[in-house]
Amino acid sequence: MPHDARSSAPRTLASALCAALFFASVLVGACSGGHRSGAGGASAGEPSTLTIAGSDTMVILAQRFAEAYMRAHPGTTIQVSGGGSGTGIAALVNGTTTIADASRAMKDDEKARVRTQRHADAHETRVALDAVAIYVHVSNPLQQLTIAQLASIYRGQVTNWRDVGGADRQIILYSRENNSGTYVYFKEHVLADADFATHAQTLPGTAAVINAVSRDPGGIGYGGIAFATGVRPVALVGSAGTPIEPTLATATSGAYPLARFLFMYTAGEPAGTAKEFLEWVTSPEGQALVEPVGYFPVPRGGA
Amino acid sequence: MSETHSTDASAPPPDELRAIASGTVASGTVASGTVASGSDASGSDDSRSLTRRRRHGPAWHRFGELAVRVMALTAVLAIVLIFAFVLREAIPILWEDSSLHLADLFSPRQWANYDAPVYVWQPVGSVAKMNIVPLFVGTLKVTVLALFFAVPLAIGSAIFVSQYAPRRVREIVKPAIELLAGVPSVVLGFFALMLLATWVQDTLGLPYRLNALVASMGLALAVIPVIFTISEDALDAVPRELKEASLALGARGWQTTLRVVLPAALPGIAAAVILGFGRAIGETMVVLMASGNAAVMVPFDPTSSARTVTATIAAELGEVSQGDAHWRVLFMLGVMLFCVTFVLNRIGVAVVARLHRKLTAAGP
Repeated sequence: MPHDARSSAPRTLASALCAALFFASVLVGACSGGHRSGAGGASAGEPSTLTIAGSDTMVILAQRFAEAYMRAHPGTTIQVSGGGSGTGIAALVNGTTTIADASRAMKDDEKARVRTQRHADAHETRVALDAVAIYVHVSNPLQQLTIAQLASIYRGQVTNWRDVGGADRQIILYSRENNSGTYVYFKEHVLADADFATHAQTLPGTAAVINAVSRDPGGIGYGGIAFATGVRPVALVGSAGTPIEPTLATATSGAYPLARFLFMYTAGEPAGTAKEFLEWVTSPEGQALVEPVGYFPVPRGGA
Repeated sequence: MSETHSTDASAPPPDELRAIASGTVASGTVASGTVASGSDASGSDDSRSLTRRRRHGPAWHRFGELAVRVMALTAVLAIVLIFAFVLREAIPILWEDSSLHLADLFSPRQWANYDAPVYVWQPVGSVAKMNIVPLFVGTLKVTVLALFFAVPLAIGSAIFVSQYAPRRVREIVKPAIELLAGVPSVVLGFFALMLLATWVQDTLGLPYRLNALVASMGLALAVIPVIFTISEDALDAVPRELKEASLALGARGWQTTLRVVLPAALPGIAAAVILGFGRAIGETMVVLMASGNAAVMVPFDPTSSARTVTATIAAELGEVSQGDAHWRVLFMLGVMLFCVTFVLNRIGVAVVARLHRKLTAAGP
């Protein structure tokens, strides 16, 4: 009996593994086949439901839009999720979301991917204006920074606040994860596409960056203007040579150097619920919700 | 006996190791013919007829056996499926996408705007730089440091609880430590991020608030119950006869613990540490929240940041579009992590088996 059991055990195990491998290959095949059809189904969708995914910077804003729109249009369901601009655009490419939030403009290769996978051009709607603010600890005496100083700080070339007109203290860099639109925006517009210093700490979400800076006297972080609590935004020296605070007026006029639009993307011209929703968002009624959240409405004629 | 052996072989590693851990001493005593193992030697005929009777029992018995077998196979199937899926996403990196050189994943390269060849993980940008060495450096740094905190604490408390604690104390301490295992890792991460980080920075005057030290302390909290539970089981399984014999020969309490009980339980403790290592290396949330996630190449400074393989996958996988080089590299990291934990478990089992053989050969 013991002999039986011992010799049969490996055989059973071996045949089990074979069976498992077989099922694995079948299932993997089925998954890859099923994925495309799932994507198609999502884009066809039920007319009264809408999914929005993407930028963490825009989650609160998109949620406010969705709540107000659903209150005004009973029967419509809008699901909002974050994950980062890259996540949202990837979801748009894969067909798992109808609208992608992005705090940066879509890149060319992403547009190409939308075209090949969704057979339609990406359609861009500007839904709000944001100023990427540079945050420091409330006790930091630093008054202003130039874009060049900011770049050398984040590239790791300047490591002490003393060198940019602050106190003698080590600079602790806080950055966003690389799925963030703000990360990409910052990399393109401040660092001129150079790499962040390797010792820059990357945190998930602007809220985490703000939280870290608010507890770190040597810290510096960046993020949407709507998150500015417990930290102090630093004025940036613009092209005119004077320090400019991130405000509605400076962002709208373009004087603040890091003002940017926040976008919602669809694959192809928006249709059905998505079209109605985006029209409502850009209408005065929708734009009235932007400022309470902490961002700025899209300037008239800029939409 | 044979039945239990065959189930041992197909059981998932933790149970296997635990079985070995507690089984060591029991089978060690087979040689000297004490304890319960006698029933096996004399009762093999009985057990055979018992088995036969069970085989020919009512139909629902057989159905039950089948159901249990299917469940066991499902677990095996799940592991194979997961591995097959992860591998399928990772493996095309070997032949597709010529813009990524495989050598750049492992060896330093001097990129534009850099003064020297560097190991950098900067996967997003006009030129993706995906060197995975800093990620493994970060993973090992945090994991080893976490074990540095967890191993003495867990084994110390296991010795205390199994050998010294009065019953009343044991009944409080043991469930309390085991309760730690039930704390979600995101809660441990939050604790490390909000409280531990500030405390450590203020106490030690560190430049970085979030660093490998803080993350590994949070991680140690997740690892302690794993090491504690298995070590305590192993120590508890050492037969009283061994201890009593040692004391009867005039050995002091501490001598008995260190030279008799601890060596007898050593395979179980080794298994506990290896499993703890496996838990630490695979833990994601605590390190993602508390380590600062900077992919630096500073292996021996615990006060610097660390970016682990798991945190990298968790933070970045949501962003990449399916099928591009970044996506494949992340899945490749997953395959590597899978292989590392698998090999670790195998090594653990082998070490335990060898120690076990040595102990039984030497005789207790």
